[in-house]
Amino acid sequence: MKLCGAAILIECLIEQGVQTLFGFPGGAVLPIYDELYKREDRISHILTAHEQHAGHAADGYARATGRTGVCLATSGPGATNLVTAIATAYMDSSPVVFLTGNVPQQLMGTDSFQEADILGITMSITKHSWLVTDVRKLAQTVREAFFIAKSGRPGPVLIDIPKDVQIAECEYEPASGQALIPNYSPDHPALQLQPYGKQLEEYKRRVTPYLERACELIQAAQRPLIYAGGGVTDAASELKALSERMDAPVANTLMGLGTIDPQSPMSLGMVGMHGTHAANIAMQRCDLLLAVGVRFSDRALGNAEAFAPGAKVIHIDLDRAEINKNVSTTLHITGHARVVLELLCERLPAQRHTDWVRQASSMRENYLQNDLFEPRNVLHALHEAAGDMTVATDVGQHQMWTAQHFPFSRPRQLITSGGLGTMGFGFGAAIGASVGTGKPVVLVTGDGSFRMNLTELSTAQHYGVPVIIVLFNNGTLGMVRQWQTLFFSKHYSQTTLDRGPDFMKLAEAYGLAGWRVQTLDAFRQAIAQALDAGRPCIVECMLGIDEMVAPMVAPGAPIDSFCLN
Amino acid sequence: MEPYDPFDPLDPAAPKPEAPHSRNTISTGTQAPVTRHTVSVLVQNQPGVLSRVSGLCSRRGFNIDSLAVGPTQNEDVSRITLTLQGDAAHIEQLVQQLYKLIVVQKVIVLDPRRSVERQLVLCKIRAGAAERDAVMRIVDIFRARIVDVARTTLTIELTGEDDKTQAMLGLLADYDILEIVRTGTVALQRGESTIAGGIWN
Repeated sequence: MKLCGAAILIECLIEQGVQTLFGFPGGAVLPIYDELYKREDRISHILTAHEQHAGHAADGYARATGRTGVCLATSGPGATNLVTAIATAYMDSSPVVFLTGNVPQQLMGTDSFQEADILGITMSITKHSWLVTDVRKLAQTVREAFFIAKSGRPGPVLIDIPKDVQIAECEYEPASGQALIPNYSPDHPALQLQPYGKQLEEYKRRVTPYLERACELIQAAQRPLIYAGGGVTDAASELKALSERMDAPVANTLMGLGTIDPQSPMSLGMVGMHGTHAANIAMQRCDLLLAVGVRFSDRALGNAEAFAPGAKVIHIDLDRAEINKNVSTTLHITGHARVVLELLCERLPAQRHTDWVRQASSMRENYLQNDLFEPRNVLHALHEAAGDMTVATDVGQHQMWTAQHFPFSRPRQLITSGGLGTMGFGFGAAIGASVGTGKPVVLVTGDGSFRMNLTELSTAQHYGVPVIIVLFNNGTLGMVRQWQTLFFSKHYSQTTLDRGPDFMKLAEAYGLAGWRVQTLDAFRQAIAQALDAGRPCIVECMLGIDEMVAPMVAPGAPIDSFCLN
Repeated sequence: MEPYDPFDPLDPAAPKPEAPHSRNTISTGTQAPVTRHTVSVLVQNQPGVLSRVSGLCSRRGFNIDSLAVGPTQNEDVSRITLTLQGDAAHIEQLVQQLYKLIVVQKVIVLDPRRSVERQLVLCKIRAGAAERDAVMRIVDIFRARIVDVARTTLTIELTGEDDKTQAMLGLLADYDILEIVRTGTVALQRGESTIAGGIWN
């Protein structure tokens, strides 16, 4: 059947099972929006107020569901507005397909209206990218893009489609099943899928000597510790099994929160700059560190030289380039966490480290509830009401408080910008997560971050996306203020937010319900009503300007030397 | 799954991580010996490939001494030769980062003892009748060639390894060099070994 490029694009998205697009129209994508109009029955479109938040929404959709998110924007400013969203997805390995229009090819390179070299701009923050110069290559490119975004270590990809390619016509052959997977070398390290069948047998054969060596190291260890990150998202049950088999406690990175039940005595919580005492101290005392799906970020490591000084390191990761990048290892195994952990568990005899486990878990903090209206108590109250709902955050103090005090009991429950630390990420991501899961989502944000994305209130309101916004209003850019307090002689340079808006009036202006609370009881009542409402609303929590995130390790210090307790 | 790994922890010949107390391979990398490496990369022959490879090198902090690129016997595949200074950990990172580019098909680190390397230099010298003979003697010694002669200038073509080209340019420095242009190093393994074979072979 003969179709124009725009129609082929939509057919290919339907072919990939895409149900929702997040985007914003413009001149260079008009043909695509015309096709969307015709195919409203098959594919829905969420119009955001700004392209950046459409990008974050597609990212949040991907993180919450595990399916690939899709975002569409026009050329020039539309495309450049996506840059932060693309970089955010890239740093946290989130599979998103970004689609941009571009000016017709005969105008490219002439500085024409709304022209930008988005391929060049995003080259270092995408897993791969394409400029489609021929409509006959479009369908194959879209199939490749979806394959690459989701295979190996996932990540964002970008397809730039000039307007003339959207209009040009060619024969379109629908594809399904195996034909959707492009003919890429199965050996390409960036494109490996989780092995199965024959491939799994071959993988097992090749990995066996490494597993044997890993078992030797584990059996020789007295104080083993598992360090689990975002790469374990789809291997939580394997992690639990291995932790029990090894009798080893588990410390999480920010991205790994939820991969082990925080109520389990084996869970030591988050490690790093704002990590728990239990996790940070265990990290420094262990004699074997089994690092799974982590990239040894500087925020988790503190001082890399002084990190886990007495430990042998076994690093299991899908991305070979992460091995020996920040920390050199005794042994590494390249592969999917789910596969490697399962194989390791099968091979390893049960271990016992009673004293070590008792010692490590005795450092776990016991939460003593009181009635003070402080972040810790608010988050516990939020957890009582929200349970295992998906929680998105922005970036700053509220993000760290949430990571520390909200017990995440399942993977994909916490949606947060870990690697890039993008203020303004949360609202878009929460909208995407809610659309993707079909369930209400809590957004914990701060007054600083919320200013960056409150423009999306109209989006949530219009589509009735139930995002419960818990807004920590302390009248400051709190995390920066905290650093100014600790390291810059209390020079509060440009961090005090002594200005509007009145968030309750703002809620009203957008037609949302809002509660401003200053006590725990008021918070509990407000959050109960908010969760019942089934539509977006704001619960504004008035906090003191000098609340700090503790514990804290100064940047570059060993992670067991806390500068705040 | 694991294509091949020159830094295989089970291989006794593979480079080993440093002592546990100096684990940070980036900041303490200078403790390990820094040597010159030649890396050959097979890439898909498509627009933008060179900027993907060179962009990766610059943003990850690899200082490339030279880079040469050209098509191979297979028109869909180009071959890039990079030379750079670094220790084993540095080179390991470069190889693994290159593999993350979808356009990269194969990367090998060439063993200098088992490969041949060449670069080409064109050098234009101010040489009238008085200097011509002396310059031509240097050209003969280095088995270079004169590719253009004019009343007042000589243009010399020299191929060879880095050491040889440096040595000859050192001698020519006594004369008035008008301009120099040089290609990046290209290299092949000796004997039966090809880039399609294993690494370090």
